[in-house]
Amino acid sequence: MKINKAQLIQLAISTAVLGLSLITALLLGSVILIIAGVNPLIAYKALVIDPVSSLFGISEAVVRAVPLMLVGTGISIAFRSQMINIGAEGQIQLGAIAGGAAAIYFSGLPKIFLIPAVILIGFTAGGIWGGIAGWMKAKLSVNEVLSTVMLNYIAFQLYLYLIRGPLIDPAELAWGTGVPQTARIAGAAEISRIFLGYRVHYGIFFAIVMAFFIYFLLWKTTFGFRLRAVGEEKNAAAYAGVKVDKYLVMAMILSGGLAGIAGTVEVLGVHRRVLEGLSANYGFSGIVVALFGRLHPIGVIPASFLFGLLLIGAEKMQRAVDIPSALVISLQGLIILSVVSSSLLLEKKKYRDKIYNIFS
Amino acid sequence: MWGIDMQKIKSMEMKGITKRFPGVIANKDIDLKVNSGEVFALLGENGAGKTTLMNILYGLYSPDEGNIYINDKKVIIDSPKKALELGIGMVHQHFMLVPSLTVSENIALGSDFESKFRLDLKKISKNIKKLSKDYSLEVEPEKKISELSVGEQQKVEIVKALYHGANFLVLDEPTAALTPQESSQLISWLRTVIKEDMGVIFISHKLNEVMSVSDRVQVLRNGKTYFSAKTKNTNIDELAKNMAGREIKLPKLEAEKTHGDILMELKHIWVKDRRGIDVLKDINLKLREGEILGIAGVSGNGQKDLAEVITGLKKAYKGEIIFGDQNIEKKSVQEIIDLGVGFIPEDRLHMGTIPRFTVKENLILKDYLKNPFSNNYILDQNYIKNYCKTTVEEYDVRCPNINTPTHALSGGNIQKIILSRELKREPDVLVAAYPIRGVDIAAVEYIHSKLLEARENGMAILLITEELEEIMNLSDRIAVIYEGEILRILDNTAASKSKLGTLMAGVVDENK
Ligand SMILES: Nc1ncnc2c1ncn2[C@@H]1O[C@H](COP(=O)(O)OP(=O)(O)O)[C@@H](O)[C@H]1O
Ligand SMILES: [Mg+2]
Repeated sequence: MKINKAQLIQLAISTAVLGLSLITALLLGSVILIIAGVNPLIAYKALVIDPVSSLFGISEAVVRAVPLMLVGTGISIAFRSQMINIGAEGQIQLGAIAGGAAAIYFSGLPKIFLIPAVILIGFTAGGIWGGIAGWMKAKLSVNEVLSTVMLNYIAFQLYLYLIRGPLIDPAELAWGTGVPQTARIAGAAEISRIFLGYRVHYGIFFAIVMAFFIYFLLWKTTFGFRLRAVGEEKNAAAYAGVKVDKYLVMAMILSGGLAGIAGTVEVLGVHRRVLEGLSANYGFSGIVVALFGRLHPIGVIPASFLFGLLLIGAEKMQRAVDIPSALVISLQGLIILSVVSSSLLLEKKKYRDKIYNIFS
Repeated sequence: MWGIDMQKIKSMEMKGITKRFPGVIANKDIDLKVNSGEVFALLGENGAGKTTLMNILYGLYSPDEGNIYINDKKVIIDSPKKALELGIGMVHQHFMLVPSLTVSENIALGSDFESKFRLDLKKISKNIKKLSKDYSLEVEPEKKISELSVGEQQKVEIVKALYHGANFLVLDEPTAALTPQESSQLISWLRTVIKEDMGVIFISHKLNEVMSVSDRVQVLRNGKTYFSAKTKNTNIDELAKNMAGREIKLPKLEAEKTHGDILMELKHIWVKDRRGIDVLKDINLKLREGEILGIAGVSGNGQKDLAEVITGLKKAYKGEIIFGDQNIEKKSVQEIIDLGVGFIPEDRLHMGTIPRFTVKENLILKDYLKNPFSNNYILDQNYIKNYCKTTVEEYDVRCPNINTPTHALSGGNIQKIILSRELKREPDVLVAAYPIRGVDIAAVEYIHSKLLEARENGMAILLITEELEEIMNLSDRIAVIYEGEILRILDNTAASKSKLGTLMAGVVDENK
């Protein structure tokens, strides 16, 4: 491939626009920080430099990239089928609790069977939860935003009930501490850590493989062809013989299933038990990751790593300058907004030409 | 801007207009002059450069070379706002209305308001009413755009232009989406407006319309002016030849063929719409091998339901469809496709193709399940690529490459994608709904010859159309549909335009 001058200019412009908008976001953010009485330089060093300056930071970013990648891939499938799945949070929780319970009770199985079986159970739990919303949309025309949000509430309460009641760690009861969490899962179900002393685990490879698998499924198989056809144009899909309703439900099952796997993998790889707050808003962050990755499974991979770094950076910053977490979240929002809007700016031909004309 | 007196446009002249896009010269050194009080027809095949030229006039593109003069004074039109200030109004090929808003709201959208904080919709709708009365264009300001037919939406677009003070109208393929009735209404309306001393540029590739509406005509081909004349001094054949760059002769079937075997039979088919009203009433039709059965009728008389009930997209509540030796009425769309029924649907961009799918993907939209297109659920990319490359060549689909998104192609080329897909599957029965709507004359020639070729090879074709010429040229037999009923079935030799015309209006003369 030969790169000509125009392409080079385009590339330079893209980088410049992205850089400019990031700088603008950081400048705006520093105003907020100064008002809050914080030195922005220290804060930004913690946000941008700290995560990548220690192995621990990188490891933690990758740990967060795993669920983001799985959820983001799932969200991409749903959004491509025009199903706005806001329910990943609940789907994660159900995947975690179902997978977690299985990992506790089937402790007798060898690792090679146990892990796949547990993941499959997690997929099923999340898939059912997503599938319900899909079915309600296809058969009853219930708006999926509404149904997935409602299903989130139900999942959340169910999750809390299970880890506080029936599935609570017997040890917690025995000692009377009553921390809402389950017992530790069987050793055979654990996904191993890659380096001693760091939490980063082999789930990251699994998540990457899943993203590639979903890419293959969507673009290389007849199933994916139908799924994408339904998402792009329902009338034409029906005309070509696709059962539209069925594929809407399928998309939601897959989407929910991947979120369910994310929950299970969090249990098997990170916490080794089911506990409160495990889903950590990955269900919502996953939406941003999916959009950031242009609703493409392969795009979701780098987006997850970036977002993982951003999450760690935010934590570091909060600790470094001691500001309320709400402030950190709004700074995060500013950064996301600037990146997303600059990529939109570069995507729209009209704007691209305008910018191009200014530069050349 | 309503009520402000502007200087009227007496003449509009474009001189030496050149416009380049990456890879194409859309307009090359075009001169054009239109005076008020005349309808000027701009003619040309898809891609000839008509829309580009008009977008330059309307300030959407700036020309690379050339100038525009109004009343012999040079003007720079760098935005639609500027064009409107000068009195130029444009109705685009694709309407630019917000469906969920009312007519008044849509018209208000483009206005400068007297106050930034108050929107006096009452006053606007009063003005609209007055305008529509003055110009005899009935529009109801309170109606939502989504409730209006295509023809009515077009009237809204025209009123919008007039509301903004236009006294020079550009209509880009205004009749492409209209029924013949609506088209002739529009044409006679234009004739009256011209008497008000307006100038009109009328873009079309329908030659008979151009002949009946215009005073002068100019033909573009590949971005260049090839021909211009007073309409009364030219004729359809000459125009067609200049548009296509060669003689065009629309093929006709050779009648008098012995009837083939019956391939499909509709028996007492009844279909209801969502509100429970009968849209097809007791339809009985026989489709024979090697025969084209034309369905003539004003659109909206049940044609869509007829096509969809045969292809399984709609279900009948009574009656059967015998195909081969079975009743396919209860079968799924996929089963009916597999049994050998093809369908060229009316809505080519939202049913016949998936707009954002590539040309390649749309070419295999019905074949992807079959071996060798796919094997054990895996698409055979290599086979598909080669298949599509040959198909695109064979059917002369003009596209940059087979990975171009389909919506980027012109209507005629999209239609060729659908045509090739449906014909190459060699179905026993083909339903073709409005196959030439909105495509240019060279494409009409091509599509018709392909349909006739398929007929020669034994295909049974149900041709749904509202163009009398098309139906007379192609059909062995012609059934006239009116309000969901087949009024009469005529042999080609027994049919005439006037006879079909009266039948299509629902008049059955029992004496004959
Ligand atoms: N915005 C654009 N960018 C690039 N090419 C364009 C653009 N608009 C039109 N063209 C090209 O210019 C030529 C003329 O197009 P157009 O003016 O739309 O033709 P017409 O209206 O006569 O069908 C075509 O080859 C078309 O592909
Ligand atoms: Mg055009």
